[in-house]
Amino acid sequence: MAMNTEKNSYTVIFAVIMVVIVGSILAFLATGLKPRIDENERFEKQQNILYAMGVNQNEGDGSVTFIPTNEVEAEFSKYIKKQMVVQGNTATEKADAYLIDLKNQIAQIKAGNNAELPLLVGEKDGKEFYIIPMYGKGLWDAIWGFISLDENMVVQGVYFDHKGETPGLGANIKQRFFMDDFQGESILDGNRYAGIGVVKGNNDPLNEDKEDNEVDALAGATITGNGVTAMIKESLKLYKPYLETIRKK
Amino acid sequence: MALLSKKDANLILDPLADNNPITIQVLGICSALAITAELKASVVMALSVLFVLGVGNVVISLLRNVIPSKIRIIVQLVVVATLVIIVDQVLKAFAYELSKTLSVFVGLIITNCIIMGRFEAFALGNGPWKSFLDGIGNALGYGVILVIIGFFRELLGSGTLFGIPVLGDPVTKTGLYSIGYENNGFMIIPPAALIVVGIVIWVQRSRNRTLIEEA
Repeated sequence: MAMNTEKNSYTVIFAVIMVVIVGSILAFLATGLKPRIDENERFEKQQNILYAMGVNQNEGDGSVTFIPTNEVEAEFSKYIKKQMVVQGNTATEKADAYLIDLKNQIAQIKAGNNAELPLLVGEKDGKEFYIIPMYGKGLWDAIWGFISLDENMVVQGVYFDHKGETPGLGANIKQRFFMDDFQGESILDGNRYAGIGVVKGNNDPLNEDKEDNEVDALAGATITGNGVTAMIKESLKLYKPYLETIRKK
Repeated sequence: MALLSKKDANLILDPLADNNPITIQVLGICSALAITAELKASVVMALSVLFVLGVGNVVISLLRNVIPSKIRIIVQLVVVATLVIIVDQVLKAFAYELSKTLSVFVGLIITNCIIMGRFEAFALGNGPWKSFLDGIGNALGYGVILVIIGFFRELLGSGTLFGIPVLGDPVTKTGLYSIGYENNGFMIIPPAALIVVGIVIWVQRSRNRTLIEEA
């Protein structure tokens, strides 16, 4: 087979055929695997939400242990009693509201449109949890999470995750020793929705003062910590009108 | 070895020791630093590279007579990128937790210099079978080092192997911890990988002095 592989026309034809073949293979693969990938992402979200309301398999002070993937769907429908979307100070029930992407809704609000903010009501041991999603910016990329509150606006649990914070520094926001500090903190300062600040040198490294709206920062992760502070504040701002209606005064 | 001729066997064995991509050619260092804090991630990264390099070398070798030399680097890139996307999607579908741990590093396989290096230096000039062996050999050579680094970093840094505690419990002070042993947090951070690689290189060259470069 004597082909002149140096000719320009040959090069162009080769490139075109290559792109078509590779494109088809990848498109075929992506379509075939999409349902499985979507399911994995859905399970992860359910695990994160349940984690924030304290439904997990943590042992001792160690690592984050979620409800196993094969049980999470059943557990999720057991503990999550109501799925709602919030608009201003009204909330309407909506099936699978937890799948709404907060990032898109925040973009809608910025564009001046109506947004549907997801809010979940969970129940565990006869106690109600209001679970709110959060979305913000860390040092390198997006950070997000869930925070669960009771009707006194006291934090019952949080879950944080991130796309690309520095391993060993900012990435530690998803470690137990950081997330556990938020439990029991009040987001209120008097009647003001102050949120919870991640602050350095608050003279309370063991986090014994639950009324100070502060938790101890991570060394070497100032900007990620500030991102967490801002993320909580922003989220509370969005949900404040509705939270006012459920808050016990 | 009956299965392989001596020459073929050397294609696999050479990169494992005397022509190791990491310790001798010093390629692929960035991924060796980034993902070796845990043994599990090391093993998965090694297997992913094994797949990409083995299959990629064969594909390039089969195409070696039809690839226009003007765009051969681009063709190589397309082949790697395609294989990497396949690995990434399959991991996301079947090993989701793991794909989160590896996250950006699977994508980084594309830029792993070992892969482009073997395509360019070997697969473009040799038949598919030889290229396959060369790919497997180099990927194993890379994987072996990754696993060695991962083993020491996880053992000394976290006291676990594959996430299972092997030295006792640091919180309740059992096992080794009861006599005052502490995990070395330094092993978790990337610079520790450089030091472990350095020690591996030192051990290897002190055992085989022909590897030492003339100053």
